[in-house]
Amino acid sequence: MLVFTLASVSLVLVIGIGLYYQSLPVLANSSWVHLLSSSIWKPMRGLFGFYPFIMGTLWVTGISIIIALPLCLLTSFYLSEYAHAKVKRVLIPFVNLLSGIPPVIFGVWGVLFIVPFIQTSIAPHFVDFSTGYSVLAGGIVLAVMIFPLLVSIVNQVLNTIPQELKDASLALGATRWETIKKVTIRKALPGIIAATVLSISRAFGETIAVLMVCGNNAVVPHSVFDTGYPLPALIANNYGDMMSIPLYGSALMFAALLLFIIILLFNLISRIILTRLERNLAG
Amino acid sequence: MTKRKLEELFIKILMILATIVVVGSFFLIVGTIFSKGIPYMSWDMISKIPGGGFYIGKEGGVLNAIIGSLYIAGGATILGLLISIPVALFINMYMASKNFIANTFRLAFDVLFGIPSIVYGAFGFLIMVYFGLKASLLGGIIAVTLLVIPILVRTLDEVIQTVPGELRDAALSLGATRWETAKVVLRQIRPGIFTAILLSFGRGIGDVASVLFTAGFSDNIPTSLHEPAATLPLAIFFQLSSPVEEVQGRAYASALILTIVVLIITVLSEILIKKFSKHKI
Repeated sequence: MLVFTLASVSLVLVIGIGLYYQSLPVLANSSWVHLLSSSIWKPMRGLFGFYPFIMGTLWVTGISIIIALPLCLLTSFYLSEYAHAKVKRVLIPFVNLLSGIPPVIFGVWGVLFIVPFIQTSIAPHFVDFSTGYSVLAGGIVLAVMIFPLLVSIVNQVLNTIPQELKDASLALGATRWETIKKVTIRKALPGIIAATVLSISRAFGETIAVLMVCGNNAVVPHSVFDTGYPLPALIANNYGDMMSIPLYGSALMFAALLLFIIILLFNLISRIILTRLERNLAG
Repeated sequence: MTKRKLEELFIKILMILATIVVVGSFFLIVGTIFSKGIPYMSWDMISKIPGGGFYIGKEGGVLNAIIGSLYIAGGATILGLLISIPVALFINMYMASKNFIANTFRLAFDVLFGIPSIVYGAFGFLIMVYFGLKASLLGGIIAVTLLVIPILVRTLDEVIQTVPGELRDAALSLGATRWETAKVVLRQIRPGIFTAILLSFGRGIGDVASVLFTAGFSDNIPTSLHEPAATLPLAIFFQLSSPVEEVQGRAYASALILTIVVLIITVLSEILIKKFSKHKI
């Protein structure tokens, strides 16, 4: 048992070390700074600039959080402070069902619904032409994918706020929204931030759904209707070629390492905040 | 109405609208998949493997991918259980409950849970290269096992914590060893183990990024661990990128199959979780 436990816990380290070791060849060729800031992506000539992919990831993740955060906060407040127990019992299972849907289905939905919707209904108001395959499509699909995570964690956080605090505010004549605004949010802020960071890291690493709707063009996006090429999509799309071109495999492993490090840090921070909150409640 | 009452009303309407969007997105997705998938659905889809010319629209089905996915998700879940039951028991039975190390271990599994499947896929690929394995059923099972271990451990850990401490104390005070006590606890959490199995199976069957490098793809049903195996999500992905309309339609139908399977699994696990929390003391 001890062996299994230690082995699976050390997986965190082993993955990191393994990926780092495999990235060494490309790191020997050019520095971290150069890899991260160069925007020239010519694998055949050994030029690996990750800047466009990093920007693609940031655009898509940013859009998804901007869409998901307000919607999910409002939903969580509604479910935890307003909704009757019966309404809650009906609605929450659907949020859980949403979390069970596999990424590729979100991708299919994105291609069938979101992409045409952007092409025909949204984009014509702003730009001359868009195929719909864009960072906006990726952002919307990702937003829906992180709904369940965000709603369920924020809900848990809101449940840790002592009822007495809210009662005190309500008894003083504050409306429910005033209570949320001035009491609940203040108390729940660390938890809400942690939930957001956790969702960002989920969105960051999502691969297949984004790959299907983003257009995958190695250019830095300048508007929400531009195509983008997020890091995970880069890894997934090129696994076939990576053996035949020198350093290519190493560069892709470096991309995986980047994802791993960023997500590891985000997860550590948010999980530590969340466990603190839980412990405060228990103690 | 005063300004603050108006604000209250306004924000309440906003909240209800937001809730409709969040819950409605589920129906929108399932509705889209069903309406697009049903016209292309046929018995051949789930009972035949791809025939000659399948990828230019000729006859065949995705049985190879269905079986491949079942093999991989099933194999990974069994392998994952064999590893994570001891781990969950160890953290809970052999370490003090507020132990710093036990909590650090929990944190590690939380973090592992957040690592995206593409990273597991890349890492699984590294392992395969290291051991000289080709893309195969075995490779897919290894990568998906890594992916589901954190899910299994976290779920089992939560379930074990719901077992009342008195029960353990009673067993221990009767002279049972820790391992014998662990067996008592295991019997108590049987429905919880089923929940964990369902969650892990559901995640394993739907994931693409982890099997992309590791399982390969094949039109045949794998007969040994060393043969490449098709998976349903990958089949959807490949078929959808085809220019042939008939093949795209098959992607919709395959998506429908996967959605139905996953929905059944999720509903079952929801019911189990509810039942389980009802018996909780």
